[in-house]
Amino acid sequence: MELEPALESKPATGQALPRKTARHYLRKTWIFHLMILPSLIFLIIFNYIPMAGIVMSFQDFKPWLGILGSDWIGLDNYRFLFERKDSLQVIWNTLLIAGLKIIFNLLVPFTFAIFLNEIRILVFKRIVQTFVYLPHFLSWVILGGILLDILSTDGGIVNRMLAALGLPQVFFLGNGNWFRVTVIVSDVWKEFGFGTIVFLAALANINPTLYEAAEVDGASRFKQTIYITIPAMIPIAIVVGTLSLGNILNAGFDQIFNLYNPLVYEKGDIIDTFVYRVGILSGEFGFGTAIGLFKSVVSMILICLSYYIAYRWANYRIF
Amino acid sequence: MYHKTWQYRVFTVFNNIGMALIAVLCVIPLVHVLAVSLSAKSAADANLVTFWPIEFTLESYKKTMNNPLFLTSLWNSVLRTVVGTALTLLLAFLAAYPLSKENSAFRGRTIYAWVFVFTMIFNGGLVPFYVVIQNLGLMNTFWVLVLPGAVNVWLTILLLNFFRGVPKELEEAALIDGAGHLRTLFVIYLPISLPAIATLAVFSMVGHWNSWFDGLLYIHTPSKYPLATYLQTVIVQRDISSMSISPEDLQLMSQMTVTSAQIIIGALPILLVYPFLQKYFVKGLVLGSVKE
Repeated sequence: MELEPALESKPATGQALPRKTARHYLRKTWIFHLMILPSLIFLIIFNYIPMAGIVMSFQDFKPWLGILGSDWIGLDNYRFLFERKDSLQVIWNTLLIAGLKIIFNLLVPFTFAIFLNEIRILVFKRIVQTFVYLPHFLSWVILGGILLDILSTDGGIVNRMLAALGLPQVFFLGNGNWFRVTVIVSDVWKEFGFGTIVFLAALANINPTLYEAAEVDGASRFKQTIYITIPAMIPIAIVVGTLSLGNILNAGFDQIFNLYNPLVYEKGDIIDTFVYRVGILSGEFGFGTAIGLFKSVVSMILICLSYYIAYRWANYRIF
Repeated sequence: MYHKTWQYRVFTVFNNIGMALIAVLCVIPLVHVLAVSLSAKSAADANLVTFWPIEFTLESYKKTMNNPLFLTSLWNSVLRTVVGTALTLLLAFLAAYPLSKENSAFRGRTIYAWVFVFTMIFNGGLVPFYVVIQNLGLMNTFWVLVLPGAVNVWLTILLLNFFRGVPKELEEAALIDGAGHLRTLFVIYLPISLPAIATLAVFSMVGHWNSWFDGLLYIHTPSKYPLATYLQTVIVQRDISSMSISPEDLQLMSQMTVTSAQIIIGALPILLVYPFLQKYFVKGLVLGSVKE
């Protein structure tokens, strides 16, 4: 709008066309800006202003002093991040848990899709799909409640079954190593079904004439799987795997938070839960911000890189 | 034909059995909790229940439904789901339309699109967000459950991609007839995109219903908790110190059968919309897809 008076004052000759276009353009598109405005305001308040809050990571931030009143301490918070034993342990836990989740959440759906694809009875196939997709939609609060109950050492159904088989009791959520196993297995259990969707779509796109030709040549179903099905699924598996790289520091806050307890902090604590405990509960705002920023920056670089790779190699685009 | 070989037949038998077992494995924990919630207290406490109720009773559900704190949190969850979803849909609907335009029709579109997408790939982290919420005075209010997540960029992109598929001729015809963009949006686009909007609504509702951390972080009065936060506090954390309740209520809430009943009621809305979800989520997944 500010442009208009300036344009108006210029002589009409020669300048007439751009002026007309600018005005015409504004008259046509002001409504577009207005439609975006509400969302933009929300994004600024709840996304961009918090981003500005990362200056707190260079401060010994005290809520009662505010950003302007708190002491500047340079990069001390970041030095702590790489010197404190607990934060290093937490970064390692995060990488380990998230890395294993990424691997298994790729391999298990990949394999499951191949086997599911061999089911010829459509009704049965659909029932199996309905069952395996379900856990994805339940929250970790619900599943956490269920897991605490069934994995309990005090008469939980899993330990009852182990006892019936003559096996010793397992402290699934009380022993650090078992906790990691439980976290990865239960995450795969929750997500593998949902993960197969994309592979089933890839399987549906395989040209049937390939199988017909193989059939004529006398290839067994096993050979067809090795030489036709799996190669056809590899590209989409690479895309899925690449895109999940951005999650290497996302070990699953909801899940860990709802399953862990002080007994397993050493092996089960991850960046997000650590930020919550140290940054919010203990009030180390500056330090908490620094860890959060470390995570955001690393994740952003990986996300950009993985989308670039997926775009270049497989022409994958969001919009 | 490989279908006829005996090896493949044997494989099919084992494969079908294996698939059935895996499918059952995915729902069996829920079945166990359901069985416990429908059993008599004595049987549940003695750890006798497996996958079928022992001495069937609805006692635990009656107790749950008589718990005022459970009921208020249930109501809070319904309210946040309805208000939050309505707001999210309105914002996404308004923003997706201009963002779906070609660059030539709406200069500045690319900049806006990046402003939206950037929030998906970078964030300031939990602590600055917490401080902002504090300074906005949203602490311990209902609105903290609704406003911060009101713009859902992912859903906006889904709708944007849908709008791109709407034939251009429809819009051109409306504009020639003298309708403005706002009118075109509500008269032409709204009816066509109802199925897409229903999909977004289901996604958004599930998100709101399941969301618990915001309640835990920003709300300090248990009577303002949404159900997910209530369940998190009572069942998962087993921390009821913040709730002023009588010893009888305390004993009641921690009974195994009642806990199970609360879990089932918490999961029920998701189970009810699940058939719709299953129908639509595949569409949601093609958000980013390999394009020609």
